[in-house]
Amino acid sequence: MSVISISSYQPRNTKPLNSAALWSDDLELPILEPKQQLSTIELPLFTSKVPAGFPSPADDHLESTIDLNQHCISNPPATFFVKVKGHSMTGAGINDGDMLVVDRSLRPNNNSIVVAVIDGEVTVKSLDTSTDEIWLRSKNPDYPDFQIKEGMELHIWGVVKNVIRSLPV
Amino acid sequence: MTSAPIFAIADCNNFYASCERVFQPKLNGKPVVVLSNNDGCVIARSNEAKALDIKMGAAYFKIEQYAKQEGIAVFSSNYALYGDMSQRVMQILSSFAPRSEVYSIDECFLDFTGLPQNLTEYSLDICAIVKQWTGIPISIGVAPTKTLAKLANRLAKKGHSKHGPALDWRDIADPDAVLKTIALDDLWGISRRWKDKLNQLGIHHALALKQSDPKQLRQHFGVVMERIVTELNGISCIALEEMPAPKKQILTSRSFGERLTDYDDLRAAVTHFATRSAEKCRQQRLTTHVLTVFIHTSPFDTRNPQYSNSATIAFDRPTNDTAQLNAAAQQGLKRIFRRGFSYQRAGILLPDLWSANVAQLSLFDSGENNLRSDQLMTALDDINRKHGKRSVCYASEMLSKRWQMRQEFKSPSYTTNIKELLTVQI
Repeated sequence: MSVISISSYQPRNTKPLNSAALWSDDLELPILEPKQQLSTIELPLFTSKVPAGFPSPADDHLESTIDLNQHCISNPPATFFVKVKGHSMTGAGINDGDMLVVDRSLRPNNNSIVVAVIDGEVTVKSLDTSTDEIWLRSKNPDYPDFQIKEGMELHIWGVVKNVIRSLPV
Repeated sequence: MTSAPIFAIADCNNFYASCERVFQPKLNGKPVVVLSNNDGCVIARSNEAKALDIKMGAAYFKIEQYAKQEGIAVFSSNYALYGDMSQRVMQILSSFAPRSEVYSIDECFLDFTGLPQNLTEYSLDICAIVKQWTGIPISIGVAPTKTLAKLANRLAKKGHSKHGPALDWRDIADPDAVLKTIALDDLWGISRRWKDKLNQLGIHHALALKQSDPKQLRQHFGVVMERIVTELNGISCIALEEMPAPKKQILTSRSFGERLTDYDDLRAAVTHFATRSAEKCRQQRLTTHVLTVFIHTSPFDTRNPQYSNSATIAFDRPTNDTAQLNAAAQQGLKRIFRRGFSYQRAGILLPDLWSANVAQLSLFDSGENNLRSDQLMTALDDINRKHGKRSVCYASEMLSKRWQMRQEFKSPSYTTNIKELLTVQI
């Protein structure tokens, strides 16, 4: 008599909610829990420095794992990715083609790099509130700064938290 | 002692139009409309578009000229974007209440029972946070019953709250006077048909309904109407349904972007629908033992001959395997396809679903095949989740693209496709 495997009928752990679970042609409404895990991609954290010669035996005992999402994203529902085109922020380490991690829940400080909306136009600049005036500064001497004047509408869309740049490999 | 229940409903304002504006801020204050599948008709309007007298459901070809002339921004539905934005809003909302119920893509009931705060201020904070974090404006209605919370929300949206986007029903000085101004079909759960029927009984506004005898109305309309009347009187009898009932059937169907006459075009469409149906089944841990495939011509096309047909195929044992569903769908399509017609729509219906946990094996089934199928489908779903949908699909789906929807004005999927992120010129 053959034994029938029942493994395929056991409920699997429910996967964390992610946007890919929502499909364009019909939306299934999810049940939400207050705290949702962002991702399960984890890389091991090595406790010792990488030696050039013989590997440390301590690396047999990995202490924890690093999830880049947890590191870069503190508030998932308020986090958006934005791409930039242009060279006005090279001094802030933002180059043409970089991807920015933007957190809309962060309060901008003086010198925060922000995604700003000036009279409907979106830009990325450094916020300067050190004086009574509000300036949006470019971080490249070849590009102008903008002063927000009476009658202009400024809206801080979000605060740039990280820059992600792919290097040629 | 348990405290009396208090409900809130948070509702996104002009949700689809608002989603588009988050990524195109220059459209703030400008008229925006969103069109239905295949760019057929208007399904969402910003306040400015409403003010220009664009009607809900208006056919696009009828308003096209006017829209251009008035500078109305027009978008095709972008459900990837709306779904993601909805999920963000819901996630934030759910952190402000011990229990919540996602009621629709843009509405969420929250259970505020027992919260010690001033609920108007608390709601205003929630509105401000959702607006800042996601860019989506919302309104919140608070009340002792879900029916009244919906009404409070509606009033807040129409500017009747002195606190802006939030309104606590209990703060209204003379609620009966307000109810007297509310049309019956503005109440949650009351259809136009019911309104007419109530009018015949001499009930013309919400106050009259509130003062009616619920038991008597129950005889005419059933238990739902009895509940609405009870809830209008401030007694909660519609609870928060945290767990939606498992779906009894799955329908995946679409109108085509153009009329199709070719067998291969239909095969591609049917394969896609079967694939989606199988994915939906697996997501909900359901299986099916029957599949119905249907095709039909446009009922509005009076110049050409009409034809519609369906075929139903049964499986030996319940399944949610894409290959099996697709094979059945193809077999059914072959049976019902007739040459010489212009098809407008096709679809797959899984009419009777079972929990995947309680499937019955047939006598000769070793279980081995199930395990293999399950593993294959898990791998398939994982790949498509990681690398974008339809990274891996069945070849018959690729026979044609002609069935796909018309989406001439679709905005980028800013939040769900890394190739379509918002790009800022700096």
